[in-house]
Amino acid sequence: MIELILADRCTDCGTCIEVCPANVIDPGQAGLPVLARVEDCQTCFLCELYCQADAIYVAPDCDRRVDVNVEEVVASGRLGQYRKHSGWDEWADRFPNEQWLMETVFRRAGEAAAQPKGAPLDVIERK
Amino acid sequence: MASSPPEELSINADVLIVGGGMAGAWAATSAAQAGAKVVLADKGYCGTSGVTAAAGPGHWWVPPDPPAARDAAVANRVASGLGLGEAEWMYRILDQTWRTLPTLARYYKFGVDDEGRVNYRAVRGPEYMRALRQQVLSHGVTILDHSPVLELLARSDGSIGGVRGQRRQDGGRAYQIEAGAVVLAAGGTSFLSHLLGSWTNTGDGYLMAAEAGAEMSGMEFTAAYTIAPAHSTMTRTMAYAFATYYDADGHELDLPFGPDQTIRLARALQRGPVYCSLHRLPDNIKARLHTISPNVPLVFDRWGIDPYRDRFEITLHNDGTIRGIGGVRVHDVDGTTSVPGLFVAGDNASREKVAGAISGGGNVNSAWALSSGVFAGRAAARVARGVKTGTSRFRLLGLGREPRRRVQTVDLTAIRASVRAEMHPFDKNLFRTGKGLAASARALEGLWTELADHDHTGTIASRETAALLATARWSVATAATRNESRGLHRREDFPSLDPRSANRLLSGGLDQVWVAADGPSATTGTGQLEAAS
Repeated sequence: MIELILADRCTDCGTCIEVCPANVIDPGQAGLPVLARVEDCQTCFLCELYCQADAIYVAPDCDRRVDVNVEEVVASGRLGQYRKHSGWDEWADRFPNEQWLMETVFRRAGEAAAQPKGAPLDVIERK
Repeated sequence: MASSPPEELSINADVLIVGGGMAGAWAATSAAQAGAKVVLADKGYCGTSGVTAAAGPGHWWVPPDPPAARDAAVANRVASGLGLGEAEWMYRILDQTWRTLPTLARYYKFGVDDEGRVNYRAVRGPEYMRALRQQVLSHGVTILDHSPVLELLARSDGSIGGVRGQRRQDGGRAYQIEAGAVVLAAGGTSFLSHLLGSWTNTGDGYLMAAEAGAEMSGMEFTAAYTIAPAHSTMTRTMAYAFATYYDADGHELDLPFGPDQTIRLARALQRGPVYCSLHRLPDNIKARLHTISPNVPLVFDRWGIDPYRDRFEITLHNDGTIRGIGGVRVHDVDGTTSVPGLFVAGDNASREKVAGAISGGGNVNSAWALSSGVFAGRAAARVARGVKTGTSRFRLLGLGREPRRRVQTVDLTAIRASVRAEMHPFDKNLFRTGKGLAASARALEGLWTELADHDHTGTIASRETAALLATARWSVATAATRNESRGLHRREDFPSLDPRSANRLLSGGLDQVWVAADGPSATTGTGQLEAAS
């Protein structure tokens, strides 16, 4: 569930309030968004993806609240990681969308399962 | 509140789309292309709502050339669908998907594989839904985000003529939309499992359709489950194609990759916790996992788990009607329902005719969401051309149910928890028995009595809870009627497929749930199945 919106990174653009499909976030009095209904968060990470300020941290835990240490999260480099690896915005040229590989992986897994155990696995065909 | 409520917002449209996921977005586009004035209302945000947005759909994709390839794909699916699929419907969605998906290239950057070929079929969810939103807006469609629809509105002749809802980020302002035709594309439901992106999919579209008099079909097929790291929503399965599983003592479990893996996993989970390692994933995929499915590795990373070395606990999340296949009965691929003016698309519709009795998860359901959206949008635009809207001579009647007795506080949270407790456990919904289903039916019936008698009906939470409960009741009643095992429906007390039961089961009713056979299917001859397999 969403655990943090970092005040010193947030630009109060309002995007997270708009894009959250579960309406978890409200506009705040002091110009910063407020985590108003964390219990409704569906842990889809999409607010992070849309946050160009990399100010949001969603913990992977969907069925329990966890303590998140702000300093640790900032130091970990995980803020903005999903947006970066997705190649959004300024990362477009450096992280290509390789979703197309998904089927290749499944196909090779099926083929590998049909082979005797211990046979070498080579998933991506190299030509 | 001291201030008086803001004035109700009143809008006219030719076509109204309920739900802005994949099916709704394609429906809005196609209705607009057919010349209709279109409004799309989403409970959340069109672009992030629904199960496509957080995942990565691979569409069922078979190019028309050579024709034998499509024939083979359809014949395979007809056979694996165990008598409930229809070849003609499959051809229609294969063709429509193949024609339509590449048209999104203006807004979605399709992948190019290592050999330079464009891959259209496998798309990444967030980018796909962002592209669909842009496409919808480019066609002049009005999108109402955070505007849950609370009920359908009917004209005096019983046809559907609009909806009423609430703008939840606008102080809960009420709105009414009068429309020539309505397309329900509100998704399926996982009964509040943690299937990725499904938390707001509470079956609202099923409830609304039933209130209008439509039937459901295939509601017994809600027993699909998908693997995820325990306590996470990450039901993305690709990496698990190479998984190794262990019991609590560290002994490797015999769970080979294949169609029975989920069943074996569920049996293992009934015995105790199951752990998983992804060390067998080939190195060249490990190195690219973050650019294939960026949300998959982030879960492990944030927990400090190295999935290629450490063993992590896994669970199975129920897929309900999402990777299952039940939904509103449709008479044509264009989502025509039994109610005039009402169409359904995507997971809001039954997918038995394109998926058969097995999961349509991934490819078939995606091709259906796209195609049924396109067809339904077009058909709704056609119907709307014959209807005059915005004229006060049509008084619209709200179809949402009313409390049967005195309104009093009903614990909706407890009801939701009870629905989950009947629909998620393996011993109730995956390994079904007549006795267990009867017990579930009694429990759900008691909840319905409480809700239907006393709950005030005008809130989002109330509507969602009623939808979850109604859907669970149809599912359990239909599962109790099908005295055999077929595809996703598994009865421990009837473990074999009964060749005489190769027909679809309809269901419906709110205060009184009913189940009825849909009559013999056109493609269900046993001989034909053998010929196709």
